[in-house]
Amino acid sequence: MKNKKREVNNLSRRQVLKGAAATAGAVAGSGGIGGFPTIWAQNIKDITLNHTGMSYSTLIDISRQASQDLGFTVEMSVVDHAGLTNRMVQDPESIDVADAEIWQTKLFVPQGVTQAVDIGRIELWDKVTPLYTQGVFAGQEVSRQGDSPYEIMYRDGKDATSFASGPTGWATFLPGVYNADTLGIRPDLVGRGVEKWGDLFSSEFAGKAAIQNIPTIGIMDAIMAMESAGEIAYGDKGNPTREEIDATIDKLIELKRDGHWRALWNTFDESVNLMASGEVVIQSMWSPAVTAVRSQGIPCTYQPLAEGYRGWGNGLALMSHLEGLQLDAAYEYLNWYISGWVGGFIAKQGYYISVPETAKANLSDNEWGFFYDGQEASADIVSPTGMKTNSAGEKRDGGSFEERFANVAVWNNLMDEAAYLFPKWNEFNAA
Amino acid sequence: MKLGNVSRYLQIAPLAVLLMAFVVAPLTLVLVVSFYQYQHLIGIVPDFTLVNYFDVLTNLVNWKLYLSTLKFTVFTLAITLVLGFWIAYFLVFHVRNILIAIALFLVCTVPFWTSNIIRMISWKPLLGKYGLINQGLMSAGAVDEPVEWLLFSDFAVIVSYVHLYTLFMIVPIFNSMARIDKSLLEAAVNGGATRWGVVWNVILPLCKSGIALGSVFVVTLVMGDFFVVTVMSGGLSGSVTFGIFNDLKFLNYPRASANAVVLVIIVLIFAAGIMRLVDVRKELTR
Repeated sequence: MKNKKREVNNLSRRQVLKGAAATAGAVAGSGGIGGFPTIWAQNIKDITLNHTGMSYSTLIDISRQASQDLGFTVEMSVVDHAGLTNRMVQDPESIDVADAEIWQTKLFVPQGVTQAVDIGRIELWDKVTPLYTQGVFAGQEVSRQGDSPYEIMYRDGKDATSFASGPTGWATFLPGVYNADTLGIRPDLVGRGVEKWGDLFSSEFAGKAAIQNIPTIGIMDAIMAMESAGEIAYGDKGNPTREEIDATIDKLIELKRDGHWRALWNTFDESVNLMASGEVVIQSMWSPAVTAVRSQGIPCTYQPLAEGYRGWGNGLALMSHLEGLQLDAAYEYLNWYISGWVGGFIAKQGYYISVPETAKANLSDNEWGFFYDGQEASADIVSPTGMKTNSAGEKRDGGSFEERFANVAVWNNLMDEAAYLFPKWNEFNAA
Repeated sequence: MKLGNVSRYLQIAPLAVLLMAFVVAPLTLVLVVSFYQYQHLIGIVPDFTLVNYFDVLTNLVNWKLYLSTLKFTVFTLAITLVLGFWIAYFLVFHVRNILIAIALFLVCTVPFWTSNIIRMISWKPLLGKYGLINQGLMSAGAVDEPVEWLLFSDFAVIVSYVHLYTLFMIVPIFNSMARIDKSLLEAAVNGGATRWGVVWNVILPLCKSGIALGSVFVVTLVMGDFFVVTVMSGGLSGSVTFGIFNDLKFLNYPRASANAVVLVIIVLIFAAGIMRLVDVRKELTR
């Protein structure tokens, strides 16, 4: 059985290398590369890879499936954003594969703690969404406001400590999961249509609004709302000046003093509870939180807004200390990660995977139509934990994959004035 | 004599070792880090600087956070003191049967059978916009709109603190009251003291040590709290520990450590002040 699988895989490897459009299409049609494991060694089972990342993508289900498919052990360590950069820099050997956000690369690449990914060893690289690899999507250039994935995608060599200006054979990381975020609303309680980011500041929702208390992301939601409400026009929403930050924080404080904010949430579950209990009707939200509210049978919409989305994305970076068999295993894991199972699993969390084609084979036609094509669900949609999140006949908020990513206005980022922002955000907290 | 000395050292050795390992060593580490430099979002750089203390002491926001924490401490201390004193008074002097008194005392500890977090969060369904109190008020026609300041407010924070920490006041006061010789009270009454006079002139001075210990517990718990104030105020009220937490979010361990050292010093000043008012050691060996 295993040998047979291996033959299939060798075949597909050759097909990909040939690069003929027709055969590549055939691979895609058959669900991409299958037949892991592809590396053979007596001691492969002794290998353990540590995958460290944030809670939303560092999922135990993924490590279980990977360990089962690959013949070596993948273990997951969950940290917060600061914890990840801290560990990567201060204790790099404790991690093998770092599941980092786009903006975090600006912190760890200059520190030289990761090795660039050899694109030649990523079998499905040609299938990776151009959102990351070329900075275009659906034929249009992707927004460069904030830290867009293309700008940090390449490095000049394996050990380069800066980013290359265009495509090279070395990737900063293997593109992983990503999404386009917006505001969550309670459609039954808002009492009117919510169409723009500025509605977050609308006095109609005084005492019923919340914003995330995570400065790096909370400020982006605030900036989207500020510009939409006509308070200021930013030069670059992804890289505001000190004056722009001052004006934004002043507005947040003014709203706080007027009792506009019902709460500021710090954790995922707080955002779920605020929405589910009806304390808040409009707020910053993450996609799986919307799913969590809906799975309690409470209406909640991830509302598309006129100004577009706040995009974010992750990738898997290889730590510098990996070598020999362990490095082979890490490449094996990277190839597996985009081969389909992960894409199918995280689609049900509301996220997208860098190689959508392979995810398709791991989703039912109904699920693919719902999550990627923006079609009406032909049957109930259930979460990975088996809870119903959408009924037959419903469409995904924000429509298709293409509609969403063609409308990313700004990316999560590490702004030049980040060191200035953080104490300013503290002022908002203390006000 | 020599043997006596050795055995004395042996007797304090276990506690001393524990305190060294779990109090002195970590605090020393915090103190050392508080003089290190910070590299933006990377963390600690071992290089001596005083800039962290300068930041902590000159930052207006930080002063506001200290004031906010102080406010919560004073309110909580006042309320738990009144509640703790009268509950202990009732248990010791009004409940004649010692078994019933002990049973009632144990009832006070029932909430402690669950975790702090559960006890605190259980206020949410009660105080929320659509919580039990608001439902009751609305259906009784007392208010038309739900009362919003019940939850995510300073009120909610203080309610939780009082609920969580009153027992820490009851226990030491109960303990010192229970050791008051009842014949003293009889003598006072025979001497013509009123009921209030007995409480004010006899009972209160004799439970000073209990009140002092209870106050130390409450002050240190409230000033060191991070979770209650964040959750019950919905992130809208600040506290010193939240300022520390915000620094930790960006790996600014040096400034967080400096702030922690300042907080420890303030708590120690509080505790020392309380201990100066009451010589607890003398009272306990009485």
